[in-house]
Amino acid sequence: MELLIGQMFAGLSLGSVLLLAALGLSLTFGQMGVINMAHGEFMMAGAYTAFVVQRSVSDAGISLLVSIPVGFLVGGLMGLVLEAVHLRRMYHRPMDTLLVTFGVALILQQVARDVFGAPSVDVRAPAWLQGNVELLGSPIPLTRLFILILSLLCLAALAFLLRGTSLGRRIRAVVLNRDLAESSGISTRRTDQLTFFIGSGLAGIAGVAVTLIGSTSPYLGTNYIVDAFLVVVAGGVGQIKGAVIAAFSLGVLQSALEFSTTASIGKVLILVLIVVFLQLRPQGIFSLKTRSLA
Amino acid sequence: MRSPFLLSPDEPKAGGLPAGQHHYLKIRNLSVVFDGFVAVDKVNLDVSQGDLRFLIGPNGAGKTTVIDAITGLVPASGSVNHTGTEILGRKVHQIARLGVGRTFQTASVFENLSVLQNLDIAAGSGRRALELLRRRRKTEPAVEEAMELVGLGHLAEKQAGVLSHGQKQWLEIGMLLVQNSDLLLLDEPIAGMSQDERIETGQLLRKIGASRITLVIEHDMDFVREFATSVTVLAAGKVLSEGSVAEVQADRRVQEVYLGSAKEGGE
Amino acid sequence: MREFVASRWGVRAGSVLAVVLLLVVAPSMLSVFSLGLLGKFICFAIVAVGIGLAWGRGGMLTLGQGVFFGLGAYIMAMHMKLADASLFGGTGVPDFMSLYGSGDVPGWWEPFRSPAVTLLAVALVPGLVALLLGLAVFKRRVKGAYFAILSQALAAAFAVLLIGQQATTGGSNGLSGFRSFFGFDLQDPANKVMLYSIAVIVLLMMMAAARQLMHSRFGELLVAVRDQEERVRFLGYDPATVKTVVYVLAAAMAGIAGALFVPIVGIVSPADVGVVPSIAFLIGVAIGGRATLLGPVLGALGVAVAQTSLASSFPSFWVYFQGLLFVLVIGFLPGGVASVPRALANLLKQGARTEADRSTGAFSAKSGVPQRAPDGLDVSTGPIREEASR
Repeated sequence: MELLIGQMFAGLSLGSVLLLAALGLSLTFGQMGVINMAHGEFMMAGAYTAFVVQRSVSDAGISLLVSIPVGFLVGGLMGLVLEAVHLRRMYHRPMDTLLVTFGVALILQQVARDVFGAPSVDVRAPAWLQGNVELLGSPIPLTRLFILILSLLCLAALAFLLRGTSLGRRIRAVVLNRDLAESSGISTRRTDQLTFFIGSGLAGIAGVAVTLIGSTSPYLGTNYIVDAFLVVVAGGVGQIKGAVIAAFSLGVLQSALEFSTTASIGKVLILVLIVVFLQLRPQGIFSLKTRSLA
Repeated sequence: MRSPFLLSPDEPKAGGLPAGQHHYLKIRNLSVVFDGFVAVDKVNLDVSQGDLRFLIGPNGAGKTTVIDAITGLVPASGSVNHTGTEILGRKVHQIARLGVGRTFQTASVFENLSVLQNLDIAAGSGRRALELLRRRRKTEPAVEEAMELVGLGHLAEKQAGVLSHGQKQWLEIGMLLVQNSDLLLLDEPIAGMSQDERIETGQLLRKIGASRITLVIEHDMDFVREFATSVTVLAAGKVLSEGSVAEVQADRRVQEVYLGSAKEGGE
Repeated sequence: MREFVASRWGVRAGSVLAVVLLLVVAPSMLSVFSLGLLGKFICFAIVAVGIGLAWGRGGMLTLGQGVFFGLGAYIMAMHMKLADASLFGGTGVPDFMSLYGSGDVPGWWEPFRSPAVTLLAVALVPGLVALLLGLAVFKRRVKGAYFAILSQALAAAFAVLLIGQQATTGGSNGLSGFRSFFGFDLQDPANKVMLYSIAVIVLLMMMAAARQLMHSRFGELLVAVRDQEERVRFLGYDPATVKTVVYVLAAAMAGIAGALFVPIVGIVSPADVGVVPSIAFLIGVAIGGRATLLGPVLGALGVAVAQTSLASSFPSFWVYFQGLLFVLVIGFLPGGVASVPRALANLLKQGARTEADRSTGAFSAKSGVPQRAPDGLDVSTGPIREEASR
């Protein structure tokens, strides 16, 4: 039982990281059709931000709290640059954005190797996150609880942004019908930039978060990007609700499968489950305008 | 190829061919519901071979949705009977193989392929695997005939992407012909055409409509008056009126619907 | 015609030239070591032929070809390990198994003791996996980005699976240390030349098959499916079948390439089959011209040569270069080098009209067609758009 709760919680915190990563992906994919393979490297940038901040701010607690907004900014600005320099010219061929951003990912990884070295580095968790809290008799690491709360806060902020603000209304309008939104006076250009900024910023925060549960290396992004994409696929594009359910299910499922089988077979089983799931619910994936097929 | 001959000597007329065995479309209680919104509401519709039926109605009347339902694109309830075969509930490509062909408001041809290749693909859904894996040696007679019929014979090797808007629409009609469809569903075939192109299209429809079941969605009333042999008016998902052009125009309910939508600024 | 079309005599002359260059000139000019390298590149080129069909002609962004390459490679490696163990060890148990595992050969290795089963399996097993995934994905109309992501996830899962099963797959070390290939001594230079020649012949055969397919009616249908998948349905075809056939063919080609890779290179490990090598297969195809026949082959060879000469001396520079290639080629020259002459000609002819997109075809469907403005209450499209965002 203790083991089960512990494993469950490990799954939830993995799910929260996946959620933070997938929210941004889902936003940019849903709105612009861009498949950003460099999203994982934005996470990596967030993680290295936490590392750099901690080197200049010695107090681990303050450095963590500073790292979160700075990580958001670093990730967001990188996203903004990528969007402005390259992607905006490629919205009409979304599949190719995947390969272009893969190239960007390769370059960013190599930059990380050249700047920080290939071996992984560690970020110290602050004292107030060391130790456990008791939950139904089993110890839960505080770091994992912190990550869960952080992702839920980000989720709430994003939900408020999308539903309660005029920017959110613009984003939703562009997702639903780009041409109509444009012709009714919404600057799709500005909206795209903001979406990319926010989505990439969330990846930065995700990167800061993972420093609490693991070490940081140039390969950090590669480890998460495929799973984050699977969350988007299973959850449905541009759907926050779907992403939340998919992220936590995937996280818990992954820990559970790794617990009962082995890590490697668990990965394969999850992929099989997702393909089976798509057999049952391909909705949201199949889209078609009927009056014209062009 | 069931028949290399794409044309019959007859002219289309209301009610279709007078005697003999002929093909028909019989729609009963066709309904399409999107998330609680009833787009098509218990529509009954009969069209016979040789009748050039036009489907008119204000925007949002559900005209395209009727065609979508017939071709299997949207789920629908009721019955669509094509000459004795129930086609509702089958997959899109299976329905197409039963002789149901359609065009789209925006011409959708294969822009990277030549006119000839477009037609050859349309003609070939029944080909066997071995035949598919071989190179096309000669042009099939039906393809040749269709190309001449829609006036694209001189453009056989041209890439479809460079055709004019009207030529693309004609190519689509040609594809329907070689596809051997005996039920033609045309969604605004003359939208965006010049006056000359409209007349040519109308004459083409009369030529091919004589031996087929034809249902045309059209807004342009001049065109309808000139070429329709019968008309069905759809409004708010229901059949409002049916008959000859004159009869339908005299129908007060039809006038109300069109005037009403004009008042709201719809047309 | 848009694609590379030579006259019958042109093709024959080209083929003869290729045969002479690759089978006569290269073996007599190059050292055995260089010939082995060229043989390895040729294996990559075989994969590229399949990707050119599936991606360039079929529009399926196959990010998981490493899986099929790996399946072929591991099946061949398993056979060679078993054969070596019987020939030289006498125990019939591959060396690494007694090191890491129980010393028993697992049941799923056993079929590959048979040379005939192995030769069939290197093409059929990848084909079968592709068939299952293809049917599951394409029949449910999952397409575009989703297919790409799923195929990539497959590559990731496959690599993790291989690494995790140290005792039966060699883990991250992979399988290596082969001594014989169907009874031929792998140390013998003559046998190395033979292996190289087999790879060349297989490549030429695959290219001939791809050429036949491209010029057949099926090839035209494939382009039609790529550009307007939904339209094809209304002509009475099931596009899922068309796509699955080509996907399976590309997978089988990758499997055969993997099976040749193992005896030529002497090792296969998860590093050859994961996410990154899978995507790396694509860059050569993109550079050469994804929709052409020769483009993918020449592109793959070119990238492999560049990588070998650059990566060993300037490893960091190579990664930047590879990244830039993706950004620049895909971003600015989507038709690849093959589209350069046409792009130049068009530039001269009609100025700024962007024809580069057209030559690859996959994206031009929208550009030329004026979209109708939504008129009034657009019932037929409303709910479907909603579905798209669900």
